[in-house]
Amino acid sequence: MSSTATRTQSDPARIAVEVQLRGLSRRYGSVVALDNLDLTVQAGELIALLGPSGCGKTTTLRLLAGLEDADTGRITVGGRDITRLPASKRDMGMVFQAYSLFPHMTVRQNVAFGLRLRRISSAHRDRRALEMLQLVGLETQADRYPHQISGGQQQRVALARALAIQPQVLLLDEPLSALDAKVRAQLRDQIRRIQLEVGITTLFVTHDQEEALAIADRVGVMQDGRIEQLAPPTEIYSRPSTAFVAEFVGLSNRLAGTVSAGTVTVRGRNLPLVDLSTPEGPATAIVRPEAVTLSSDSSGESGPLVGTVIAITFLGATSRVTVDLGDTTILAQLPTSDASDLRAGSRVSLTIRPDPVLVSADAPVASE
Amino acid sequence: MAAVNEIPALGVPAEPQAPQGVRGLRASQRRRLNAFRYVAFTIFGLFFLLPLFAMIRFSLEGSKPGTWSVAAWKQIASYQGPPPLLPAIEITLELAVITSLVMLVLVVPTMIWVKLRVQWFSRVLEFLCLLPLTIPAIVLVVGLAPIYNRIERYNVSALMLFWAYVILALPYAYRALTAGLTAMDATTLSEAARSLGARWFTVMFRVIAPNMWQAILNALMLTVALVLGEFTIAYPLTYVNLQVELFSISRNTVNAGVLFSASAATLLVAFALLLILSYVGRRLRRGRP
Repeated sequence: MSSTATRTQSDPARIAVEVQLRGLSRRYGSVVALDNLDLTVQAGELIALLGPSGCGKTTTLRLLAGLEDADTGRITVGGRDITRLPASKRDMGMVFQAYSLFPHMTVRQNVAFGLRLRRISSAHRDRRALEMLQLVGLETQADRYPHQISGGQQQRVALARALAIQPQVLLLDEPLSALDAKVRAQLRDQIRRIQLEVGITTLFVTHDQEEALAIADRVGVMQDGRIEQLAPPTEIYSRPSTAFVAEFVGLSNRLAGTVSAGTVTVRGRNLPLVDLSTPEGPATAIVRPEAVTLSSDSSGESGPLVGTVIAITFLGATSRVTVDLGDTTILAQLPTSDASDLRAGSRVSLTIRPDPVLVSADAPVASE
Repeated sequence: MAAVNEIPALGVPAEPQAPQGVRGLRASQRRRLNAFRYVAFTIFGLFFLLPLFAMIRFSLEGSKPGTWSVAAWKQIASYQGPPPLLPAIEITLELAVITSLVMLVLVVPTMIWVKLRVQWFSRVLEFLCLLPLTIPAIVLVVGLAPIYNRIERYNVSALMLFWAYVILALPYAYRALTAGLTAMDATTLSEAARSLGARWFTVMFRVIAPNMWQAILNALMLTVALVLGEFTIAYPLTYVNLQVELFSISRNTVNAGVLFSASAATLLVAFALLLILSYVGRRLRRGRP
C-alpha cells in the first residue's frame, strides 16, 4: 500500500487515498494537546490511535475532520492540502463516541442526510441509503426513529450514514465505548469487515487496547501529544519500543536485572533484549505475565524464582496468578486448566520464557 | 489484513424480567405515586379552576339574584366604549403574534449560534435575557416612556408595544429554549452534520431547531400568555390593549357582568391559542422522542 491511491474491492469507481499529517501541533492555553505529530495512513489502511485520556488522539481526529484548527502543521488527503478547508468540505465520514443520529429523522433519513445535502435525486438517495443499511444489517429498521433502536444499532446507523456519502476517509472516534461488552465485540468485528469490504482509509481512536489490537492494520500508541510507536498489533505487543508502550499495552512485570552482552539477567535467568543497543549495567526488565509459567514446588527450598501464591483471578479461559517472591510480586497469566490446582498460600516455582524483553533505565517497582 | 467472519445482525436486547418480589414492590410504589399525582392534580386543579368558575358564574348572573342571563356576553360585541372592546381584543391578538414571531426570530438563532460557536458568550447572553426579570415593570415604563414618545411621532399604533413585550418575554422564552437546547447534545449533532457536508445555516435550521420544537412551542405559549395578560406597560403609556380595556370597562359600565364575561372570553381565547399551539406541537412530534 505504498501508492497514494488504490482502487477498493467493492466499488471500482472509488479510490482509497493516503492521509498525511505533518508537524501537527495544537495547544489549549498552556496545555499541549498535539506536539509536532507526524502520521501517514496508507490508502485503504486502518490505523488505531491508542492512548490514555488527554494523550491527543481525539484531537488528531478532530483536526483531520476539520472540527478544530491546527496551530501549525499540514494535512494532506490523496496529495491535496486540506489544512484550511472547513469540515463541511473535507469529504470525511465520521462516527462519534456519543450517539449522534438526528433524533427528528428516521433511520433512512439520517443515512440519506449527507446525500440530500449533495442534491442527489430522491430515488438515488433512497436506494443508496437502503444499500448502506443492508451493509450494516439494519434495512428492516429504516423507518424507525433513533430512540426506537438500541445503542449498538444507532452506532451502526451512524456508520452507514458516514459511509453513504462515499467519503475519502472514515474517522471513528471511540464509537464503541458507550456499548456493553458483547455488542462492542460484535460491532468491532463488523466495523472491520465493512472497512475491508469498502476498502476505505480509516483512522480509529480508542482507549481500549483490546479493541485497537483486534481491529487495526497498525496501532499508534500516543502519549503527551506524540506517537510513541506506530506498528502492527503483534509488534506493539511483543516488541514495544518504549517502556510506556510496554506498560500501556497489556500487563507487565517490572523486574530488576543486569544488562550485559545483549541479554538481561533477571533473577538468575538470561533473557534476550528487544533492543541490542541497550547500555550495559543495572536496568528494569519488562516481562509479560504470559511469559511466566508456574509449577507446584514441594521441595521447600527457597530461590530467586520460588514464591507463594497470594491471589488468583479467574478471567475465563485464562487466570491471572499473583506470586509473592519475597522482595517483589510477579504476575503470571496461565490457562485456567493449569491454574485450577493452585490455591492462595501454595508454594510455586516460576519459569520465565526467553522472549525478547524491553528494559527501562528507571528504578524497578512492583508488578502492574 | 485478517479476514473477519460474517457478523449476525444485532437485535434489540430483551427487557430483563424483574423477580416477583421486586415487581410487587414496584407495583406498590407505582400505586402510591399515582395516588399522589391524583391528589396533587386535584388540589392544583381546584386552586386554578375555582376562580375561573366563579368568574363565569358572575358573568352569567341575571338582573335579579338567583337568575341566569347571557346579557353580559352579548354586551361584549355591542360594547362601544370608550374605548371600544373588539379593536382592543384584535390588537392584543396581533401583538401576541408579532411579539412571538420577533422573539423567535431574534432569540432562537442567537441561542443556537452562541451554544455552537461562541460558548464563552453564553453567560453574558443569559444575564442579558434574564435582566428584565430583575427590573420592576413600572421602572421599565419610566425608562420606556421617552422612547415611546419619540416612536409616537411616527406611529401611534398600540402594535408598537411589541418592542417592550419582546423584552418582557425574553426571560421566559430564554429559559424554555435553554431547556430544549440542553436536552440534546447540540455540539455532537452539529459536528455530525458538518462532517456530512452541512453548512452552519443547515446545521441551525435543519438539525438543531427541529429538535427544539417542544421548547419553541413552550416559549411561544409563555410569550402569548404574557402578552394576553399585560397591563402594566400599556396603561401608563396610554395604549389600549385587552387588559387596559377590561380595566376601563370595570370603571365605566354599570353592568359589572361585562367585565367578567370579557375576562372569561379573553381567557377562553388564550386557552384556545395555547391548545392550538400544543396540538401543533404534538402533530409535529408524532412518532418522535
